[in-house]
Amino acid sequence: MTPEATQQLLDFAYIAATVLFILAIKWLSSPVSARHGVLAGEIAAALAVGATLCNPELVAYKWVITTLIIGAAVGIPLGMVHMTAVPQRTALSHAFGALSAALIGIAEYYVGVPNVTRFGMAEIGLEVIIGSLTFTGSLIAAGKLQEILPQRPIVYRGQNIVSLSVLSAALLLAVALVINPANTVLFPIMVAVALVFGVLLVTPIGGADMPTVISLLNSYAGFSAALLGFVLNSKVLVVAGALDGSSGFILSVIMCKAMNRSFTNVMFGAFGQVQAGAAAATEERTVRSASPEEAAGILAAASSVVIVPGYGMAVAQAQHKVRELYDALTKRGVDVKFGIHPVAGRMPGHMNVLLAEADIPYERLVEMDEINSDMPQTDVALIIGANDVTNPAARTDASSPIYGMPILDVDKARTVMVIKRSMSPGFAGIDNPLYYMDRTLMLFGDAKNFVGSIVRELAGGHS
Amino acid sequence: MPADFLSNLYVFILAGFVGFELIKRVSPLLHTPLMSLTNALDAIVVVAAIIIAGRQETPLATVLGAIAVAASFSNMVGGFFITDRMLRMFKAGKPKQP
Repeated sequence: MTPEATQQLLDFAYIAATVLFILAIKWLSSPVSARHGVLAGEIAAALAVGATLCNPELVAYKWVITTLIIGAAVGIPLGMVHMTAVPQRTALSHAFGALSAALIGIAEYYVGVPNVTRFGMAEIGLEVIIGSLTFTGSLIAAGKLQEILPQRPIVYRGQNIVSLSVLSAALLLAVALVINPANTVLFPIMVAVALVFGVLLVTPIGGADMPTVISLLNSYAGFSAALLGFVLNSKVLVVAGALDGSSGFILSVIMCKAMNRSFTNVMFGAFGQVQAGAAAATEERTVRSASPEEAAGILAAASSVVIVPGYGMAVAQAQHKVRELYDALTKRGVDVKFGIHPVAGRMPGHMNVLLAEADIPYERLVEMDEINSDMPQTDVALIIGANDVTNPAARTDASSPIYGMPILDVDKARTVMVIKRSMSPGFAGIDNPLYYMDRTLMLFGDAKNFVGSIVRELAGGHS
Repeated sequence: MPADFLSNLYVFILAGFVGFELIKRVSPLLHTPLMSLTNALDAIVVVAAIIIAGRQETPLATVLGAIAVAASFSNMVGGFFITDRMLRMFKAGKPKQP
């Protein structure tokens, strides 16, 4: 085969891969067809990688094959992590994706220099900056999610000015390189400054904002791949990067809306610091508490129950006990649904995965807007390990830091039950008036043990 | 402005719109698998890394390319793997009898 004919065949393989990428995301729209989407993606990846391996430009196969094997050896265990660890795995994969995009850009520069055009330099510069900052930013995010690094926001005076100066420095270096692309001294400095900026970008962001940050980093990783497509003139990269970038962008917008925050506020607001003033203002108020026996009696007598799980449920590893509770109540003819807030869990959609893992049918997992319209007709709302997303102050108290945030309207249910270790406030340190309502019963204890006790009571035959 | 840039820009804008329309329709139920799947698709940068590593132009480029191959291929393999694992968990219908 002539080299031209080979090249054309390769191009067709890439076009087929591009079409399959789009189909993969289309099929992911519903749980029924979603696994076809994965298959489409896998075929696309196999086609593209296979075609690339046939590229006549390749000479050093030993490097390529060895590193592919290393990649698979790293990737498979990372694909087997526990479902609670999916957010940190995802952050780590953003880091890997951004790292490879940045490294390829860097290699392109050094191979091309001194024949890099100004236009090419602008593309490479932007690509390498975004790739580098996404790499270190994602590593920090993964460290926070894995709890190697402190979850709370790390802030100091003048932080935003410092961060913005570092970003400007990286961009100025890129501009200097565009003016003189052959300046090989400036290039590594630009990379280093961009790496530092990634650290500064994510360090001040608190644990509660991780769903937004992880989505935003997803979007950056995608756009750096798309930019790499521009650098290398590869349409398949442009398409894959554009899909990934827009996906991350849409998810970050959804996350911001779900917390009633703006991008700038997430990035520069350092949310999650303890609100000292709010905590001090709380006077002693009485709460009503109940035993597992009483809780079981109320649940058994209900005809509809909405369970609101939060990340606390996953931390306590209570999802399998919750599934037993679901089974026990369903058997008695109680209609049990789950109300899922968009930011429940540590990344978009995380809570759904945790509950699906516990074998709860997905049509029982109901999104916020839908479940809120059912709430006034609900007999019992049972809150397990969630706090701020159920706080009615978000609707009523204009002075609350979470005012305006869309919440699950559990306070409209006929009875509210909250499983909680103690009365200590949640992530953001905000007191929750829900706990002091007349209809609210506090169930103090560890989520897993408490739900287990309720299940035992229900099995004990109080029907 | 190079002609390649303009044609790439067309593709980028069109793909961005397609992505926007498709992703808007993905149920929030599946947002985590969505992120891991798009991540695996994004790992297609491995094809560029393979070329850089395999062309053996300069030692630096080969080393950078090799690291990039390992990093992106681990995303590709791990991303598809975990997405499928998650999606297998999403089951419809009646709960199993305990």
